[in-house]
Amino acid sequence: MATLQLKNITKQFGDTKVIKGIDLDVNDREFVVFVGPSGCGKSTLMRMIAGLESASDGDILIDGKRMNEVGPADRGLAMVFQSYALYPHMTVEGNMGFSMRLAGVPKEERRAKVLEAAKILQLEPLLDRKPKALSGGQRQRVAIGRAIVRNPIIFLFDEPLSNLDAALRVQMRIELARLHEELDATMIYVTHDQIEAMTMADKIVVLHDGVVEQVGSPMALYHHPRNRFVAGFIGSPKMNFFSVEQQSIGDDGVTVRLPGGRPCTIPVAGEQLASDEALELGIRPEHLQLDENGPLSGQIKVLERLGGQNSLYVQMGELLITIMADGDVAYRVNDTVQFGLAAERAHLFDAQGLALESLSQHPLASLTRQDNRAATEPAAPGAQV
Amino acid sequence: MTTHRNSAPAHTRSLPIRQLVLTLLGWSIALIIFFPILWMVLTGFKTESAAIADPRFIFSPTLESYQEVQARSGYARFALNSIAVAFGSTFLALLIAIPSAYAMAFLPTKRTKGTLLWMLSTKMLPPVGVLVPIYLIFRDVGLLDTRTGLIIIYTLMNLPIVVWMLYTFFKDMPKDILEAGRMDGASTLQEVFFLLLPLTLPGIASTGLLSVILSWNEAFWSLNLTSSKAAPLTAYIASFSSPEGLFWAKLSAASTMAIAPILILGWMTQKQMVRGLTFGAVK
Repeated sequence: MATLQLKNITKQFGDTKVIKGIDLDVNDREFVVFVGPSGCGKSTLMRMIAGLESASDGDILIDGKRMNEVGPADRGLAMVFQSYALYPHMTVEGNMGFSMRLAGVPKEERRAKVLEAAKILQLEPLLDRKPKALSGGQRQRVAIGRAIVRNPIIFLFDEPLSNLDAALRVQMRIELARLHEELDATMIYVTHDQIEAMTMADKIVVLHDGVVEQVGSPMALYHHPRNRFVAGFIGSPKMNFFSVEQQSIGDDGVTVRLPGGRPCTIPVAGEQLASDEALELGIRPEHLQLDENGPLSGQIKVLERLGGQNSLYVQMGELLITIMADGDVAYRVNDTVQFGLAAERAHLFDAQGLALESLSQHPLASLTRQDNRAATEPAAPGAQV
Repeated sequence: MTTHRNSAPAHTRSLPIRQLVLTLLGWSIALIIFFPILWMVLTGFKTESAAIADPRFIFSPTLESYQEVQARSGYARFALNSIAVAFGSTFLALLIAIPSAYAMAFLPTKRTKGTLLWMLSTKMLPPVGVLVPIYLIFRDVGLLDTRTGLIIIYTLMNLPIVVWMLYTFFKDMPKDILEAGRMDGASTLQEVFFLLLPLTLPGIASTGLLSVILSWNEAFWSLNLTSSKAAPLTAYIASFSSPEGLFWAKLSAASTMAIAPILILGWMTQKQMVRGLTFGAVK
């Protein structure tokens, strides 16, 4: 059992507030990802949970007990640092066993525990090496091994993959997800990479400028972003935004006039809207389709062929719109294209940048990784035989 | 015309010429700096009359001066004092400086920079300015002509430099590693002994060596605060320049014997020194 609660946590460095009152519940065995642009306070928040930084105000509760005044080692957490922070003068075994050495664990027992963790991470042949004789991926695994050996109730990962090359990052991502299943521990993970957040998280916490913008499952954030910031941050390539004029508000949604003059009804609740309020429409590149009869048009400025898909950057008035299109389309740069949008996938943002609520929930929006597991688990015993 | 025709080959040849000139310049400067030491060593092997005669490189060497110097006063006693005082003060300085540098590097406050500058500023005051008060204090507490007294003075003398150097080495140490240690359950003392000291050892070694050398070569305080019992080698050298007049050959022989140990130490540890002084320059 390991839960974490943050209650109105703030952090101030001198006169600057970097964390402006954060409330958060992390459930047992959950994989929670803090994501946000650099400088949003996500690392500071994690360091406060770890105990490396003190909170200016608020409570940090682990399993219901207040931990603000408890030292980092006594909170029962383990942290994997961005720089790995291995001890350069110790072997892999020395690195992984250091916490036990400090605790006075006998050598034999230490070795057994290190071997156990090394087996999980396939580090056995490297135990006698020094960190400088290891590759980046191996160092990363040693850093994770050092955390596993401590048998923590909560794992903290501070951008652990950002120093790895792209291929290794994908591999480590899979390995971390596997590790989460295997260790069955609560994990908190900080990253600025929304792909890491989307692929690994049970719950994503989007931070911006010291406040939580939204907390939810990856699919909830993707399909129902609460505001313009989350909409723009989650999803790759980025969501397109353009201003639209309000025409009418009905039971089936808000009808707006698209650039180019054609009307479009977006199925969102608009009762609270002022009749002259400026609106912004957000639509993801994958929800725009090339369509000869589409309501929108523009000129292709850049064409990125990815094989299976093409990214089209289309000049529409002042704006550059991104469209993900089928890879087999033979368009060229400077061609003018017509395109349409999937109205049920579009988002409307009011003047404050808040999203208008969708009239229907996306069927996958409440799906979490734990649900994925639950669906496969009944089959597992049979599969193992 | 001619210059134009010659310019191309001259250009291609310019690199070796440049290097030759630079090499010559480097050697000349090194020789000029080294010459007094060389002359001192040579003079030590001359007779007293040859030493004050016209300067000559070619002469018949003799150990006469060394024998006389050794007969007149015990080199070993002075050398022992030098060793005790140089190493004792270095040990004490490191003992005090390591915790101070740790605090300044890892737990800085608004006043840390100011404190560091203030410490260095004490080195700007001419020592003679505090000679009288220190002499009186030493006399009253009975530290005159004792190794302990000299160790205290040398420790205080070197402390600013030792703290400064350790501070820069500690600052270069990645903070993450210490934090990882803290997450692993290390107390501050364990952090220092298991992580900080092993990782900054080259820096600490070169700092210690510098402190030993500075203490070894120090003359002002040793001449003023010691007479016979605790006098180190610098006082030993000086004893050959007074009152019966200057005896160049004996003075040189004594000086050679005084600087030889530290020169040998420096030569043996130069690799360590260079590594320490450039530690952290390249990650």
